[in-house]
Amino acid sequence: MILKLFLTFFKIGLFTFGGGYAMIAQIKEYIVAKEGWLTEDELTEIIAIAEATPGPIAINMATYVGYKKGKALGSAMATLGVVLPSFIIIFIISLFLEEFMNNKYVSYAFVGIKSAVAFLILKAGVDMAKKIEKKPLPIITFVIVFAAMIILDLLSISFSSVFYIIISGITGIIVYSIIGIGKVDKKKEGKQ
Amino acid sequence: MIFLRLFFEFFKIGLFTFGGGFAMIPLVEDVVVNYGWLTETEFYNLIGVCESTPGPIAINMATYVGSVQGGIFGSFCATLGVVLPSFLIILLIASILKNFTENKFFKGFIRGVKPAVVALILATGTTLLLKNIGLTGFKSIKPDLPSLIALVCVAAIYFLFKIVFKKKLSAIQVILISALLGIVICSIILP
Repeated sequence: MILKLFLTFFKIGLFTFGGGYAMIAQIKEYIVAKEGWLTEDELTEIIAIAEATPGPIAINMATYVGYKKGKALGSAMATLGVVLPSFIIIFIISLFLEEFMNNKYVSYAFVGIKSAVAFLILKAGVDMAKKIEKKPLPIITFVIVFAAMIILDLLSISFSSVFYIIISGITGIIVYSIIGIGKVDKKKEGKQ
Repeated sequence: MIFLRLFFEFFKIGLFTFGGGFAMIPLVEDVVVNYGWLTETEFYNLIGVCESTPGPIAINMATYVGSVQGGIFGSFCATLGVVLPSFLIILLIASILKNFTENKFFKGFIRGVKPAVVALILATGTTLLLKNIGLTGFKSIKPDLPSLIALVCVAAIYFLFKIVFKKKLSAIQVILISALLGIVICSIILP
């Protein structure tokens, strides 16, 4: 079982391109459909937990599934499995990339890739922005953080992104948990 | 000591990233640029590489930065650092704190953080775009023609596929297309 956890997550790590959400499809195929380690409902629950906790979604999922199937050792092996392919591939690339970049055509290719990266990040941001709750606090938080980031960056002042997370999180605790404004309608929450 | 620093900085990144790979980019940028581990250009080249290789972006970045700074052991320390917070937190939730995500204060925290994360991602994309086309500060504007053309072409191709062929290009497809575009555009424009 432990070995199987390792191998299955190794395969998932090897064939997932494009980050966490692409992995959900793979998990569905291998873990839910093929191995039957999880039901659809359990998968939905894990996705919710993975989204609400810090860190890469892939790691969260591997740890959770590994624990359910093989306790602490299972979760360690599943996590190792999902990390190992990236680790090996990127380590090899890291040995050659700088030399590789000295090639004229490779550096030309990266002029294009840089533009694509900007486009992809911006598009991910826009897609996520559409899903922000249309209520005062989320919108105010969004606008302040966005404006602060852009202005500080243009002025070349460095301010760690971690602070934005901490400040907005504490604001969230004060407003939602302590004062209790904007309680989520249970029915509505279920739909989201 | 570089190994401890790699471990600790990536541990912090792992602990404060909510919402997947893209959310991690501004946090990693803060660290690697501040310590001078990578230049800004190297960092964005790295994102391109991470997006076109398999696996979580976070792991790819930690492995690369670790390797450049401290060889295979550096790579190991950084990757362990970025993985450990998630691993420990999920282990706790799965074993003891089963209802932790239902906790009222935790829920408030997450609800507060969500819009900030979106703003961080969007701002990262925006500043990157501005820098790409040559606007690096309020006072310095050096138009970068090849990047500007590449950007317009990439966006045009993406939306052409989406609207005309009803097909969403994946990140890796967008990157491959942009690499070809970069070669063609630079070969024509640059001397």
